[in-house]
Amino acid sequence: MKELKILAVVIFFTLVTYWLVEPYAHGVMHKQVDSKQFAYSDLDEATKGVMSKKGDATRGKDLVVNGGCTGCHSITVADIPATMDAVTAASSYGVNPPDLSNSGVVYDAKFLAALIKNPAQALKVEHKFTPESGKMHPMVPFYGMGGDIDQEVADMIAYFQSIAVSQDELTPEMAYENACARCHSMKYLNWTELGPKPSFKTEIESLTYDLKVLEYQDSLKAYMGKLPPDLSMQALARGETRARNFIEDPQSYLEGTAMPRVGVNAQSAEKIITYMFDSADPKREQRDTIGTYVIYFSILLAILAILWKKEVWRDLK
Amino acid sequence: MANFTKATSVKDWLNQRLAIEKVEKVMASEYWIPKNINFLWAMGMILAVLFTLLVISGIFLLMYYQPNVDTAFVSVNYTIMSEVDFGWLWRHIHAVASSVTFLIIYIHMFTAIYYGSYKKGREMIWVTGMLLFITFSAEAFSGYMLPWGQMSYWAGMVITNIFSLGDLQFNGLVEWIRGDYVPGQAFLNRFFMLHVFLLPLAIMGLIGLHFAALRIPHVNNQDGEEIDFEAESKKYLDGDKKGSKVMRFANDFMSKDIMVLAIFLIFFFYLVFFHYTFALDPVNLDPADGLVTPAHIYPEWYFLWSYEILRPFSVNIGLIAFGFAQVIFLLLPWLDRSPNTVPASRRGLFKYWFWLMLGNMIALTALGKLPPEGMYSTLGLISALLFIVMWLALPFITKNEKKA
Repeated sequence: MKELKILAVVIFFTLVTYWLVEPYAHGVMHKQVDSKQFAYSDLDEATKGVMSKKGDATRGKDLVVNGGCTGCHSITVADIPATMDAVTAASSYGVNPPDLSNSGVVYDAKFLAALIKNPAQALKVEHKFTPESGKMHPMVPFYGMGGDIDQEVADMIAYFQSIAVSQDELTPEMAYENACARCHSMKYLNWTELGPKPSFKTEIESLTYDLKVLEYQDSLKAYMGKLPPDLSMQALARGETRARNFIEDPQSYLEGTAMPRVGVNAQSAEKIITYMFDSADPKREQRDTIGTYVIYFSILLAILAILWKKEVWRDLK
Repeated sequence: MANFTKATSVKDWLNQRLAIEKVEKVMASEYWIPKNINFLWAMGMILAVLFTLLVISGIFLLMYYQPNVDTAFVSVNYTIMSEVDFGWLWRHIHAVASSVTFLIIYIHMFTAIYYGSYKKGREMIWVTGMLLFITFSAEAFSGYMLPWGQMSYWAGMVITNIFSLGDLQFNGLVEWIRGDYVPGQAFLNRFFMLHVFLLPLAIMGLIGLHFAALRIPHVNNQDGEEIDFEAESKKYLDGDKKGSKVMRFANDFMSKDIMVLAIFLIFFFYLVFFHYTFALDPVNLDPADGLVTPAHIYPEWYFLWSYEILRPFSVNIGLIAFGFAQVIFLLLPWLDRSPNTVPASRRGLFKYWFWLMLGNMIALTALGKLPPEGMYSTLGLISALLFIVMWLALPFITKNEKKA
C-alpha cells in the first residue's frame, strides 16, 4: 500500500536523524570509560598480604582503639564519640573524617586494606600530595603495632565488618551519607554538607546552622580547590552509566580532579545511584505506571479511530 | 438593521445572530478536500493539537515557574518535578511536544516541497507557514532560556551575540537585547514575556492566517491534479459521493485526520513517558554558571542545520550564510520557476534536488551537533556550501523543466 511506503520513508529519515544527533553525536562528544565492575584491581599488589589473611574482629577492636583510628574517627555503634564537631574537624583536616560504624559494609574490603596502609594511593589523590607539594594526606597511614602488619590490617577490617549492619539493612540513604555527604550537598533532599538540615523553631537558630554550613564549606573549598557540586540533579545531568563510572574512579573522567576515589563496593554504589535518582527523578515509578496506562488508552483510541474512519469512508470509495 | 424574528429554538436564536449554519458550512461540511491525498495531509491537524497541548501544559507550568535567576532552576527542576502533583507530566509533555512540533513542521514543509504545494495561488500558504516556522523558532528559543540551566545561559549568550553582526561590532544592540552586558535578570524576564505572551499571540494570529490562506486555493493533492471544486462538490451534494473527487472536511476528511492523530499519539505518549531525555538536554540540568563554559555548546536538534551553516565559515561570511539560510525557504515559490504542480518524482532534475536537499539538511543537522574537529569540520564546510549552491541553482534547474 502506497501510504505505508510513504510512512516507511518518513520513519526512515526520522530515525537516521535521531541516531546521528543522539547516540552517535553523544558517543563522539563524551569520553567512553569501561567499568572495571568495582574490582579495584590496581590495588591487588599492595593488598595481597592483607587479603590472604583471615582477620579476627576481637583483636581488630583493640587495634582500632589503640592504633589511633579513634583519634579522628567516631564509631557511634561502639559508643566512641567524635573528638571534635564537624566544623572544627574540617578546619583541621579539610573535611570531617567519617564515622566508621558502617565502613565495613559500604566500602570494598580490598579498598579498606589499601586505604589503611596508604590513603593517598587508595584514594587516587597522589597527584595532590606529591613530595614537591610538601603536603601530606590528612589521614595518617597505619604503620603497624609491632606484629605482622598485614594480619593487623586484616583484623581491623574484620572488626569493621563485624560492627556494620548487613548489606540488606544498608539503605540507599545510609550508603549515600557514608560515602558522599561530607563533601556534597543534596539540596532537593534537604542535605547540607553537615547532614540533613533540622527544622528549627526560630530564625536565629536556623541562621546559626547556615553559618556553620558556610564555615564548613570554607574549609572544604580550601581543601578541594572548589566547593564540590550539589548532587541533587547529577543522576540525570550525568546519566546512570557515567555516575556509576565516576563513583568507581573519578580520575577516569576527570584526570587530576581533587575528588578522591571513594572505594565503595558494587552493591553500595547501586544504592548511592538509587538515592541520587530519588533526588533527581523522584516520580519515576509513578511515571512508568501512568505511562503504561496512557499507552494502552492511546492504542484503544487508535483502534476506535481506525474503525470510525473506515465507517465514514465506506460511502466515499 | 437586520430583521430579527422570535426564535423557534436556541439554534435558530444563534443562527439569526451568528449565522452558525453558514459558518459550519464554510468551515466544515462544505469545505471541500480532494480525496486523492495521503496521511501527510494530516500533519496540520497534528500540529494544531501539539500547539494546543503546548498551550495547556504551558498554563499549568506557568502556575509554578518563577522567572528569577535565583529560583528559576529550582522552580522547574524541584518544585515542578517533585513537589507539584503531576508537574513532571506537564513538563514532559511541554518539552517533548516542543521538540516533536519541529519534527512535524519539517515533515509538513518537505511534504509541501515534494508535492509543489506552494505554487499557483498557494504562495500565501507557504509564506504564512514559513512565518509560523520562524515564530515557532523564536518561541522555542525563548522557552529554552527559562529553566536557566547551563545550556539556557550559554545558548542565550551565543545566540544574542549574533546580533553584534561580526565586524560591524553592534555591541550596543546586543546589550540592548540582553538588557545587560551578559544574560541576567533583565534577560530572563524579557524572554519570559516573549515566551508566554507576545510570541504565542503572534503564533495564534499566524495560524488563523495560515488556515485562511488555504480556504480559497484549497489543499493540493498527491498527483498534482487540477480539480474543479465547484463541479465536484455539486456532484457530491447531488448524492454521487463515490464518483466525486472531493469530500467534506467534516466528517469525511476529519475522520482520517483523527485516525492519523490517534496513531501519532501512541508515538507521542511513548516519548513523553519512556523516551523524553532527547528533549531535556542533560547539560541543561546543571544550573546556569557564568564562570563555567560547558565543553560542548549546541542548540536543540531542530536548529542544528542552520547553526552548522553559521559555524564552518569565518565570522562575517558565516553570518551572511546564516542570514541566507533563514530567508531562503521563504522565497521558494519564486525560486522554483517551473509551472508544474506535481510530485517531485515527475519533475526531472528537481527530483534529485529534493532528495539531495533533504539528505544535506540531515547531514547539516548531525554535523551541527558533532564537535567541529577534523573530518566533521571539513564535512560541515562541504555541506554548508552545498546548501547554498543548491538554492542558487534552483531557478536554473527548474527553468527548463518539461511540462509534466
